Amino acid sequence: MNESIDRREFLKLAGLGGAVFASGLAGCASMAGAKQDDFYFVQLSDTHWGFKGPALNPDAEGTLQKAVAAVNALSFDPDFIVFTGDLTHTTDDPKERRRRLAEFRDIVGGLKNRNVRFMPGEHDASLDNGQAWKELFGPSTYSFDHKGVHFIAVDNVSDAAARIGDPQLAWLKSDLARQDKDARIVVFAHRPLFDLMPQWDWATRDGAQAIELLMPYRNVTVFYGHIHQEHHHMTGHIAHHSAKSLIFPLIAPGSKPKREPVAWDPTQPYKGLGFRGVDAEVQKAAYEITEYPVTKA
Amino acid sequence: MRPGRRRVLAAGIATLAGAAFGAAVLAQPRERVIRITARKFEFVPEEIALKKGEPVVLEFTTADVLMGFNAPDFKVRTDIVPGQVARVRLSPDRTGDFDFFCDNFCGEGHETMSGKIRVTA
Repeated sequence: MNESIDRREFLKLAGLGGAVFASGLAGCASMAGAKQDDFYFVQLSDTHWGFKGPALNPDAEGTLQKAVAAVNALSFDPDFIVFTGDLTHTTDDPKERRRRLAEFRDIVGGLKNRNVRFMPGEHDASLDNGQAWKELFGPSTYSFDHKGVHFIAVDNVSDAAARIGDPQLAWLKSDLARQDKDARIVVFAHRPLFDLMPQWDWATRDGAQAIELLMPYRNVTVFYGHIHQEHHHMTGHIAHHSAKSLIFPLIAPGSKPKREPVAWDPTQPYKGLGFRGVDAEVQKAAYEITEYPVTKA
Repeated sequence: MRPGRRRVLAAGIATLAGAAFGAAVLAQPRERVIRITARKFEFVPEEIALKKGEPVVLEFTTADVLMGFNAPDFKVRTDIVPGQVARVRLSPDRTGDFDFFCDNFCGEGHETMSGKIRVTA
């Protein structure tokens, strides 16, 4: 993993074999008159530290380290890095849960960039209402501002019933109330906020209430994880982008009757795994072009 | 109207109403009760055989942890709380196989905890 990775390009990761998805931040290029700098952040998701299953990933104890090395090998320094949940694979044993979370924290402590944000997934947090996760990583709901963009982390996993919950929705409402309707807003969540596949547990039970709160804001983008694959969806003008996993991919939504993982392909190791770079660009000149043919009168 | 007659008439109306109520009760098909145990990490039984249009009550219990039952095709769900009986009513309007699953994250095997409702004509 010593190949450097250039910004704004899709490139093969030497060790992982996955692709970096360079995604423009919806809304950023459409902001009229706002002054802000370009910036770049990296999203990693669903690392499932502690998972064991050689048929799905024979390098389960080495993939996270490869991802850390790949981020460190980027030829530029991202402004920050975010992990959107399922840092660890679930365990019924509270001691083992804390051990896995601590090991994860130690491994990602190898990231050169120290501006790292964390979120829990249901594997980390649903069995103890996020208690162990919060002991090691702090609050699971927060917001921060970076170069003109307002980032909001929504916890839709600490409740085992996949609910954001009324107190957090009230907090979201008050947090949003301080923003202009034109503000550039990015939401991080683990589960999709919309009903992608409720029968596969790919939904948030009260996610529609969060979307309703976000809907008046004209520049909103949601980045989430949970479904172990890249997926893009619009709810009205709000874009939702799911990230790949760093342990094993899952099949495409609805492609089979039941959700299932994709088996490891020894001919293409690490296929379907990867992380994402997100480019936030200031407004650029854009021209919509329409071509007209010459026709016989 | 004399008071005595009014009483007789009222009694007659009450009798008629009672008869109508009784007929309604008799006309209602009895709901079959199907008992299902939720445990880590399966439903027992995991397949529920129903007839189209047959009203049933699904009764859930668990001795483990908080679990859930969700059959999105029929828009029914319930929490299954240890020590309590959870009930949902269902009258399938279609034939076919329909998945149900636990929708409260309940442990290491949660993601495979599911079952099937098989509805025949």
